[in-house]
Amino acid sequence: MTTDTGKTREYNLSAEKPRIDGTLKLTGGADYAADRNLPNQTYGYPVTSTITKGRLVSLELDDALAMPGVLDIFHHDNFDQLSRSPNSFAEENLTSEPRLPFEDNEIHYQGQYIALVVADTFNHARAAALKVKANYERDDDFLTDIKSLDSGEGDLPGEEQPGDASSLGDADSALKGAAVTVDQRYSIAQESHSVMEMHTSVAQWENDMLTIYESSQGVVFQRNALSKIFGIPPEKVTVISHFIGSGFGGKLFMWPHAIMTAVAARRLGRPVKTVLSRQQEYLATGYRPTSLQRVRLGADESGKLLSIHHDGCNESSPAGKHDDTVSGATPKMYDCGGNVAVTNRLVDVNKCPPCPMRAPGESSGNFALETALDELAVKLDMDPLALRKKNFADADPASGLPWSSNHLQECWDNAASRFGWDKRNATPGAMKDGDEIIGYGMATQSWEAMRQHCSARVGFRADGSLMVACGTQDIGTGTYTIVAQTASELTGIPIEMIDVRLGDSSLPSGPLSGGSFATSTVLPAVSAATREALSQLKTLATAEGGVFENVDADSIELENARLVSGDKSVEITQLLKDNQLGLIDGEASARPGDEQEQYSFRSFGAVFVEVRWDAGISRLRVSRVVSTVDIGRAINPMTARNQVEGGIVMGMGMGLFEQSEFDHSGYPYNNNLADYIVPVNADMPHIDVELLDYPDYLHNEFGARGVGEIGLTGIAAAISNAVYNATGKRLRDLPISIEKMLAP
Amino acid sequence: MRAFELESVEAVDQAVSHRRVHDGEAFIAGGTTLLDLVKLDVMQPEKVVDVSRLPLKRIETLEDGRLKVGALVSNTDLAKHEIVMRGYPVLSEALLSGASTGLRNMATTGGNVMQRTRCPYFRDPDMPCNKREPGSGCSAIEGINRNHSVLGTSEQCIATHPSDMCVGMVAAGATVVLEGPDGQREVAFEDYHLLPGETPEREHDLKPGELITHVILDAPRGGGQHYLKLRDRASYEFALASCAAIVTLDGDSVSDVRVALGGVATKPWRATAAEEALKGQPATQENFERAAEAAFADAVAYSHNGYKITLGKQAVVRALRDATAAARA
Ligand SMILES: Cc1cc2nc3c(=O)[nH]c(=O)nc-3n(C[C@H](O)[C@H](O)[C@H](O)COP(=O)(O)OP(=O)(O)OC[C@H]3O[C@@H](n4cnc5c(N)ncnc54)[C@H](O)[C@@H]3O)c2cc1C
Ligand code: SF4
Repeated sequence: MTTDTGKTREYNLSAEKPRIDGTLKLTGGADYAADRNLPNQTYGYPVTSTITKGRLVSLELDDALAMPGVLDIFHHDNFDQLSRSPNSFAEENLTSEPRLPFEDNEIHYQGQYIALVVADTFNHARAAALKVKANYERDDDFLTDIKSLDSGEGDLPGEEQPGDASSLGDADSALKGAAVTVDQRYSIAQESHSVMEMHTSVAQWENDMLTIYESSQGVVFQRNALSKIFGIPPEKVTVISHFIGSGFGGKLFMWPHAIMTAVAARRLGRPVKTVLSRQQEYLATGYRPTSLQRVRLGADESGKLLSIHHDGCNESSPAGKHDDTVSGATPKMYDCGGNVAVTNRLVDVNKCPPCPMRAPGESSGNFALETALDELAVKLDMDPLALRKKNFADADPASGLPWSSNHLQECWDNAASRFGWDKRNATPGAMKDGDEIIGYGMATQSWEAMRQHCSARVGFRADGSLMVACGTQDIGTGTYTIVAQTASELTGIPIEMIDVRLGDSSLPSGPLSGGSFATSTVLPAVSAATREALSQLKTLATAEGGVFENVDADSIELENARLVSGDKSVEITQLLKDNQLGLIDGEASARPGDEQEQYSFRSFGAVFVEVRWDAGISRLRVSRVVSTVDIGRAINPMTARNQVEGGIVMGMGMGLFEQSEFDHSGYPYNNNLADYIVPVNADMPHIDVELLDYPDYLHNEFGARGVGEIGLTGIAAAISNAVYNATGKRLRDLPISIEKMLAP
Repeated sequence: MRAFELESVEAVDQAVSHRRVHDGEAFIAGGTTLLDLVKLDVMQPEKVVDVSRLPLKRIETLEDGRLKVGALVSNTDLAKHEIVMRGYPVLSEALLSGASTGLRNMATTGGNVMQRTRCPYFRDPDMPCNKREPGSGCSAIEGINRNHSVLGTSEQCIATHPSDMCVGMVAAGATVVLEGPDGQREVAFEDYHLLPGETPEREHDLKPGELITHVILDAPRGGGQHYLKLRDRASYEFALASCAAIVTLDGDSVSDVRVALGGVATKPWRATAAEEALKGQPATQENFERAAEAAFADAVAYSHNGYKITLGKQAVVRALRDATAAARA
């Protein structure tokens, strides 16, 4: 295995290609975790706490144990002794909830697992689970909503996180001296990932080897965590996740259901399948935490920003700390004379640990900052777009480093012109169409461009096909497809002949599918592994008696699945056959290098939104969204555009509908898809997405910065700004529900 | 989900004789309400009688001009039936605003009349709920009641009746036909659903052992008709407020009008006071507003649903406006 930092070369990528796994998905051929059925399999069904805080005093299990088909019930008193995972991101063994299942009898949240019933069928397990009776000592001193803690003045509630605070220049003095200021508070309700495919674990032990089929955005992380928890070497754990019906961050780091399923399988000596119910998913597999924010802006009369303060606060949990750092990206967004101060605080609530949810932190922080800018524009009597343009940062204001590539100004201009921003009437309520008032709003979009280390294996097969393997996963975003496209481009082997293997922790170690870094991380490793395999081929070809005997290996190129040097060439398949080989493969890894210290990597975009407000029936709808994003190179513009479009729809959910609610007794009021409102097809506006095509070769040899999250940022702010333009109402608390629109 | 015994019946008398006075038995038609609630352990039938094969799938015009709809006619077939689209557009619109295509294909007329409230506390056996467990208390009154009623509530229960179809039927005027161990009887549609009062567990005038065989719609009222459903998102959500309006004009004044409300009341709600306020009056915005005020004069708001009073009035005003426009067209 070699390590390769990648080199700059122009590839002929950027091709619109439908997903290569589309047919499998449409025909039911894609094996999702819950589709897995193993011989002699049993079924687990969790029993969860119905109180929000307190102690589990006892479980009455006799009735449940007597139910048909029940094999065993696992709980605190009979569970295996395990160790917690060290929970390190760097060591790649982070879990979402560090507590082990049934670790003690403390209840930290409603929905916490208190037992796992295992039976011969799913229905038997579920019926028996209903018969388990739990006796609790209830503690009514709990918290499920941090909004009630905000006094509305001064500091936000919670414990300040020293690691999140940053301060440049003198934001306080600059604010005091500013001619025009804004000081406002914002909040965003808790959102749930609401994935299509339920969380599932199917666990099997063979001898002392654990195989677990999971819907996971990080098979390597889960493998490593299980290895620590069970105290067995990582080679003895395999996590498989061939297809994922979306994760949105909720499936990045393992949840306790996987651990209890694995224990049950070991104890029973039979495979166990646990599929969470929708209600359980909503309570026990994370969420985007409720956030409170305060933004203070200072500007001179021309609209030049002089100072930015951004304070954030988000929910965390006694069952696991999560910091969403909602203000984290703010120092990088605008040139504000070098005066910027951000903080973030956490408050523990009695809910399961929050976790990343698509564009974590930044989408929340963006809402507050981009709404505050709109408020500033109103005070300045200035066009909101002109205000942003005036404060464009031509280098990263936080680090002072140059941008690797930044075309935000073109995003602003292109999107504005396609949208028709120049036709906007700034007076609230001035644009009308029949019963409806029209409002225009805009915001800047942004997401950090990251890259991780990654290994991959590429193998040329004698039948002419190419195998590409990497222990990352395709969470529905198109990773299979872009890996195949890239491998095809690198080798000249047609895409139909490329066999991409992902979603298996026994493959060369690949990254999480998160942070929009899968593309920029995986493709360079695929390229390095291809070069490694190629050098094996060259060794064969230049060996004694080979086609290229006495030819300088460096002169040999790979073209259309052939090795070529001068006027000589040989088909790779022929070379393999001549040497009686079925496969020649190479494994290599790639990682970011010094460029990380020399440049700031970030994607930007601009989004414009039209809303329609029918005041006579209190109906607010988004009718049009135009976005231009600069994500470097889009390897596959079709799947990339789809990511931005999906992000826009999810941003509409954040802006208009989504909120997980808990009542005064801690009861989860809407933990199901009927009552938790997400946008549906009928809500879809006309969405127009443009991808600029400026490859960022400083980031990686393919010039791609990733695209999974940026689409979600900016939408909520653009909606709220458009609502202001339509109604003169400034809505600072998401979602913008009917009752908030009706409130005086 | 608990195990239950399943039995299929082919004839109405078989169904009725099957279902003796026994709490543990339930009919299943489309199953879109029943199976949901069985899985949630809210309904716990020991025996389920499948009535979906009964010959009650016809829609026929009676000699007196009324329309007889079999209890097993699907919501889709009813909404798309030519006579319904022409003579009862308010009902067709109401049906099509409900659920999703897939659900409407399964859901039946009888099952829709019998669907249960969507109150989340009712749907969770771990929570106190007077409707599910009389005397246990009402979790919604103290808890979150954003989706609950402002009309027809009691101190025992404020659950909203979820149906769109039933609101259309109340506006159109209808009769429920029941077949039971003691023979056949008919109940005016408006009287079929009961107010919660002191007995929220009693939702209908359905005697033990009885089966809905038909709903007979009054002869078409003509006029302009409109069903307006207001909700958070554009589709696939129960009404937060809805209004079915039928307006008949004599010149510029309203000679006859029917107003029914959904999403705001504990049963499909006939807004008689609104009708009275408008009858004989010019069809103007001011009069529509007066009618809307009358409709909600007795409304009671709880901690989270006060907005429904405003929204409900808006639904009435707009539905009347658009029904009037349809009458003029
Ligand atoms: C996700 C979802 C969304 C929905 N959205 C809407 C909406 O927006 N608007 C709306 O109006 N509805 C909505 N519904 C409800 C839907 O309309 C009802 O579930 C459906 O109409 C019930 O009909 P069914 O035939 O499936 O009833 P079943 O589930 O078969 O039966 C329901 C009840 O009626 C009883 N029953 C059935 N037939 C008879 C009969 N002939 N005589 C006596 N008792 C009988 C059963 O015993 C049972 O108690 C929604 C449902 C779901 C699941
Ligand atoms: S409103 Fe009615 S259905 Fe809901 S909890 Fe109260 S009693 Fe039960």
